[in-house]
Amino acid sequence: MVDIWSGITQAFWLVLTLDAELFEIAGRSLYVTLTALAIACLISLPLAALIAVKRFRARRLVIAVLNALMGLPPVVVGLIVYVILSRSGPLGVLGVLFTPAAMIIAQVIIIVPLITSIAHQSIRDLWQEYHDLLISLNVTQSQKIRTLLWDSRRALLTAALAGFGRGIGEVGAIMIVGGNIDHATRVLTTAIALETGKGEFALALALGFVLIGLAVAVNLAIHWLGQTEREGRW
Amino acid sequence: MELFPMKACAIESRRRGQQLVGPIDLTLEGQGATVVIGPNGAGKTTFLQLLHGTARLSAGRIDWACSTEEARHHQAFVFQRPVMLRRTVLENLSYPLRLRGVSKAKAEERARDWASRVGLAQLVTRAATVLSGGEQQKLALARALICDPKLLFLDEPCAALDGRAMREIETILQEAKAAGTRLILSTHDLGQARRLADDVLFLLGGRLHEAAPAEAFFNGPETPQARAFLRGDIVE
Repeated sequence: MVDIWSGITQAFWLVLTLDAELFEIAGRSLYVTLTALAIACLISLPLAALIAVKRFRARRLVIAVLNALMGLPPVVVGLIVYVILSRSGPLGVLGVLFTPAAMIIAQVIIIVPLITSIAHQSIRDLWQEYHDLLISLNVTQSQKIRTLLWDSRRALLTAALAGFGRGIGEVGAIMIVGGNIDHATRVLTTAIALETGKGEFALALALGFVLIGLAVAVNLAIHWLGQTEREGRW
Repeated sequence: MELFPMKACAIESRRRGQQLVGPIDLTLEGQGATVVIGPNGAGKTTFLQLLHGTARLSAGRIDWACSTEEARHHQAFVFQRPVMLRRTVLENLSYPLRLRGVSKAKAEERARDWASRVGLAQLVTRAATVLSGGEQQKLALARALICDPKLLFLDEPCAALDGRAMREIETILQEAKAAGTRLILSTHDLGQARRLADDVLFLLGGRLHEAAPAEAFFNGPETPQARAFLRGDIVE
């Protein structure tokens, strides 16, 4: 209990004193996760819409695989990305291992199935609702997808937030591919793991509370920007 | 560009081996309102969808005076349960125009004009899904008419609407017909059929039992099934 209380006071203190190291780590956490989220959304949302509207032979299999991949173990993803990006790996020539770029790649792989799966369910429901109208209006495939993406944008925001939540709290994969290097690849989650290992529970808790605060703040900001929960709107 | 005459030759719809509609032969000319009547399950909706091209023909063919693509471009469909886009009334109205590449400003100007014509001018900024059933059907009708279709299909457009909403819808339909839009609507409301029809198609069990001018049909139907239907008997 003393550790928790001490963690809370230390978290306040770190924020109030504008601790440079804290802000650097938090900034890197946000940079890595938001970049991964943006890339993942660019891949996931059109993919989800395509799977919802297009009929093809392996459609059910693709949906089942995507759903299964939602539970992808981050450590395994980290390991695979590590092998691929290591010097002897196929993409070792890029030299991005132990950089934020490698951490972004790992996070994209982890959150793409999650966002695609959630987005697909929302878009599929909307497609059922719109099907007759859009077919009657003779819309092209791209018009169909744009309409569905736009009209389900608030549900897609929820999918994106789920992806953000998974990404910002992720530790296993980015620890492996980032290496938790001070002033280079250290982020809030890997810093928490490090401090816990050193027995600095109060500092680890403080970083944890900052992480929670950051996640809540970003969620609220996106909800506010997306104008969700407003009466008569979607 | 002319759509009519439209010739349907032995059109059929089958699903899982079950005959839903047809075979039906029919020729439609380019003016007036054709009302498709028949009891529930007669195949009215499927028949309209086959003509519109949104349901696949199991057999037969439909020939228009122009190509099928051009014919589809000049048609619109209003559903029994209006499909509302999750957008405002104005955005719902301008949607078909935007699909056709009309600029946002022009589409919205036209949408406002149509909103006034159907009595929704005060509601243009409201979400379409919160409108009443009658307002939603008027919006669906205006959205269908906004691209000046030459042919408008309506599948029981006034089902579950009260008298006032029905009158408003029928007024819009009469205006559209006067402006040259060909109407094909299904209904099982005989009063509405009498008010709107220039000619009648009587469907039963997926088959076309009678096709006749409205006056002739209502004054002296030829088939015993049609006579029974007009008497109010239960026909299957």
